[in-house]
Amino acid sequence: MALPPDPPPESFVASRESIDDILTPTVERSLVPVPSEPEPEPGPLDDPRRSDVDEWGRSEHMRELARRIYEPLYSKWFRAEWEGLENIPTEGGALLVANHAAALPSDAPVIMHGIETELHRPVYGLADQLFRTVPVVNVFWSRLGGVVGHPDNAYRLLREQDQLVLVFPEGSKGPGKTVNQRYQLRRFGRGGFVEIAMRAGVPIVPIAVVGAEESMPILWKSNTIAKALGMPYFPVTANHVVFGPLLGNIAYLPAKFKLKVLDPVYFDVPADQDRYSRSRVMDESESIRTRIQDALYDMVRERRSVWFG
Amino acid sequence: MSGRRVLITGLASFWGGLVAQALEDDPGVDVIIGLDTREPSVELERTEYVRTDENYSILARIVRAAQIDTIVHTFLIVDSTSMRPKTMHEINVIGTMNLFAAASAPGSTVRDVVVKSSSYVYGASKADPQWFTEESPRSFPPRTRVEQSLEGVEGYVRDFAEDNPHVNVTLLRFSNVLGPDIVTPISRALELPMVPSIFGFDPRVQFVHEDDVVRSILFVLHRHLPGIYNVAGDGLLPWTEVARICGKVTAPMPPVFTGMASKPLRRVGVPLPDELLDLLRYGRGIDNRRLKAAGFRYEYTSAGAVEAFVEALRLRNTLGDSTPAYHYERDVEQFFRHSPAVVRDANGEH
Repeated sequence: MALPPDPPPESFVASRESIDDILTPTVERSLVPVPSEPEPEPGPLDDPRRSDVDEWGRSEHMRELARRIYEPLYSKWFRAEWEGLENIPTEGGALLVANHAAALPSDAPVIMHGIETELHRPVYGLADQLFRTVPVVNVFWSRLGGVVGHPDNAYRLLREQDQLVLVFPEGSKGPGKTVNQRYQLRRFGRGGFVEIAMRAGVPIVPIAVVGAEESMPILWKSNTIAKALGMPYFPVTANHVVFGPLLGNIAYLPAKFKLKVLDPVYFDVPADQDRYSRSRVMDESESIRTRIQDALYDMVRERRSVWFG
Repeated sequence: MSGRRVLITGLASFWGGLVAQALEDDPGVDVIIGLDTREPSVELERTEYVRTDENYSILARIVRAAQIDTIVHTFLIVDSTSMRPKTMHEINVIGTMNLFAAASAPGSTVRDVVVKSSSYVYGASKADPQWFTEESPRSFPPRTRVEQSLEGVEGYVRDFAEDNPHVNVTLLRFSNVLGPDIVTPISRALELPMVPSIFGFDPRVQFVHEDDVVRSILFVLHRHLPGIYNVAGDGLLPWTEVARICGKVTAPMPPVFTGMASKPLRRVGVPLPDELLDLLRYGRGIDNRRLKAAGFRYEYTSAGAVEAFVEALRLRNTLGDSTPAYHYERDVEQFFRHSPAVVRDANGEH
């Protein structure tokens, strides 16, 4: 049974408000329905965060603190000196590729700190998942800018977030060299870094680093102990001899750092492909490796002193 | 056009009950049938409850008899502490298998299937990407029972979708749920005076509010949206920050033999299953952009879900549990629904 229609609502004639109030239609009081506003774009959601840790696990607060602590090591101890910084793009994603050295690699912080202070662009360091498994270390590593070297992470950073990403294609084989093999580049993995750059549509910027090798050179290493401990290598370094078995694990020798940024490599291939020609990837990988190797030979040839450059 | 005829599995589960309640308000839904092994735990107006055994042997008959066109499969156990592994396997794997067998029987009228899965299918390990997309594979094969069973479930979902291209199959993978009402191993852990953590690890975790879970299920039902979707609030929070939002500090367990160290927590009613210990070590982020791109709007971020949980917890601690427990009384329900003696008005309300 249909109900009779509602009686019309009473008008506002008898109200005491000023005429302006009556003429200004509001939702509550107008007789003619005010045309409803188009659905407003919802504002940002309430997000009661209590820390500044971002989606990558970085904390600007801790990074600022670390920069201040690290600065003297960078400028006074290693006396890092850059060449060709203009080759690093000031905007857009780019994959930075460098040689890797020292038992406890000293090159990653130098490169990251250097670019962040000189160019004011953050650098995301891709690293082995091993870092993620060590208690305490994993938290600091990730708060300070370390990211697990997963292709999805690299793609997201480079393609979607236009960031600078640092990778060492030698992996742990670079730092695991003994001192007599220094400045001889290892295999550049399986060329995965080239594929990532192609897929993300970003250039590769090769960097040659001199000095890291001498900051913590490996005199002798034991594969048996390394295997037993699940470590990539188990070194005895010159630092152990100089600083003792405890301090020697973290104290660097004051080797002079020289870093040379080489010309960026652009790939004229479409981004976002599932596969790229394996031969092309390996050729590019090998040519980048050769360029860094040649630059290293030149820099070592010109170097007068390990400690004074 | 007549309305939809919906079958909900796990009517007595937290999600089944909420989804049924929400669908009752939808005039576009004609029939709601809920299956479960236990009686419903929430008050329902017009949902028909059918008791089954845990692997739905009578399902094909119900689907045929009631001309079901939509199945909402919420009866998947993701809390491995709530039952024995064997029962969980029966419910998750065998139950899903029988459900899809019934739904794909010849002459089946089923056109939409929504399955509520979990982000546990991605696992949590050292080799994981920061964000899992719907296409990301797991880094390592599943190790725990619940992950194995969910992988089995998703296998059946994929097979069903492949064999029945005319059916809209939606697979929703939910992140860890928090909210005012739901009880999970994580919510129990956050209720402790100190929040358990693993020494030297501060993983990033993600949450989804229970309202967003129900809303997302209704959203895909309304849109007939096929595909796989991650459902999770925006943002990843370090576990210590989760504790801080709860106003608590963390109590670290040793990083080695963590499973053994967490055993005493069982005594106080907070068992930490292996998949949760993995999460407390490595964390997990799932990319929620695909569902957003389809038009879904979240009402809570990850941090917002934690906050909503904490506020409800504070209220509960002050006032006690104020909502009276609902008891399903079969005869009374049957009387109100079917007796000719009950006078119904035009809307079917009594």
